[in-house]
Amino acid sequence: MTMTPSKPNSLGDEMKSGLDAPICLTWELTYACNLQCVHCLSSSGRRNPAELTTEECEAVIDELQRMQVFYVNIGGGEPTIRPDFWHLVDYAVAHDVGVKFSTNGSRIDADVARRLAGSEYVDVQISIDGADAATNDHVRGEGSFATAIEAMEHLRAADFGEFKISVVMTRHNLSQIDEFKALADRFGAQLRLTRFRPAGRGADSWHELHPTNEQQVELHRWLIDHPGVLTGDSFFHLSALGESLPGLNLCGAGRVVCLIDPLGEVYACPFVLHDEFKAGSVRDEGGFRKIWLESDLFTGLREPQSAGACASCGEFDACQGGCMAAKFFTGIPLDGPDPECVIGYGADLVAAAQGNALPSVSKDHSRTRVTLGTKPGG
Amino acid sequence: MPFDPDKSYRLHDRVALRPEPFGALAYHYGNRSLNFLRAPELVALVRSLGDHDSVRSALSASEIDERRWPSFEKALASLARSEVLVAA
Amino acid sequence: MEPTDVIDAPEAELVDTDTQAVGEDALVEDELLVEEISIDGMCGVY
Repeated sequence: MTMTPSKPNSLGDEMKSGLDAPICLTWELTYACNLQCVHCLSSSGRRNPAELTTEECEAVIDELQRMQVFYVNIGGGEPTIRPDFWHLVDYAVAHDVGVKFSTNGSRIDADVARRLAGSEYVDVQISIDGADAATNDHVRGEGSFATAIEAMEHLRAADFGEFKISVVMTRHNLSQIDEFKALADRFGAQLRLTRFRPAGRGADSWHELHPTNEQQVELHRWLIDHPGVLTGDSFFHLSALGESLPGLNLCGAGRVVCLIDPLGEVYACPFVLHDEFKAGSVRDEGGFRKIWLESDLFTGLREPQSAGACASCGEFDACQGGCMAAKFFTGIPLDGPDPECVIGYGADLVAAAQGNALPSVSKDHSRTRVTLGTKPGG
Repeated sequence: MPFDPDKSYRLHDRVALRPEPFGALAYHYGNRSLNFLRAPELVALVRSLGDHDSVRSALSASEIDERRWPSFEKALASLARSEVLVAA
Repeated sequence: MEPTDVIDAPEAELVDTDTQAVGEDALVEDELLVEEISIDGMCGVY
């Protein structure tokens, strides 16, 4: 009797060992920013004088084109305040690299909106962290909500089409989830909800701001009920609750994605801007391609990862131990449970680690240290 | 328009096919859709579609076992839904 | 030594409607050959 073929690997299983080129990646163009959001993942604020030059950026784009990287997510800091921002966006598009840029909206006026509406391969993502000014400005600064809404109005007036609204889910804004959806619908925009990691300045307020376990369960249910809402696959640790969300459902760092920072340094992802997760520099001989294919960091990440302390848990196949950035910056071993493990295995480890010296960011470009004031609404 | 294996299809000109060990990635620059083609024989079939008058004749010309054709037609229909394939 | 009872199981009848039976013993399963994942569906990107 002919045997049926054995069950093939899941797509996620195949991606774990990495590809010869990223599918897409994040590129922080500058550490300069006109805002000082409390939880900034890149600790941005001041421009670093050693930022990649225009020519160096063009060389990176040329490499991405050769490697057939389809899409680049440009951020920062605030990428639009780089003087050569528009030139680089046009250059990328002209070299087969699609662009999405993430912005606080401060440079999107009527003219810019019209220009964006006329370009076929550029996507725009506006960042907010509250569905109203009180909640948003509490973390992003006074006037930032109004600026973001104004940018959205300009995009709508220019008939841009479907831009993205991106929100980092916190204890304070999770209750506004339906309002975020209504806001996106009002503008014909696509809503994107992402996970708050203890990265960059986020480490300072993570304990106060990260969602409670009850909120995580509520969020998971809501995302299942709203499959059109994007998440950047940032909630794959919630798969341990039962149903998987759309996406690859695995950590893509060093396997299908990575980060290039404003100085050309390559990290596993934007949430681990720390020497421990630095793979190399595009200024090294061999450039980006050599780092992607041969760096010790990425080669290591593409090897089968040990389940470690999670080996006996029935949910490990679903959650794979969660996010390494979340573990690293809360002091949990990388083969341990996620700090927000839905079963609860992470909570004790986080508490225990709090007394120890935790890893701190390798680069801090903050202009000021902003602390979280009273909770919005009293 | 529903997928019809008696019609002829071709790759949309805004689509990039990137070969991979598992088959290929197909990225549509226009609508941003990303598809994982999980068999090298599917990739070869997709590349051959433009040379045939119909999907059926492309399948006949391929080395793919006839018993697998329903799965391959389903795959092509899925790509047509993403506009990776368009009627030729 | 006690004789072991040997029970013959009846021939299992294959009635899986998802598979296509062609020829004598050959079975071909439905293969998932294309998967669409959003370009936003990879963790480690913002």
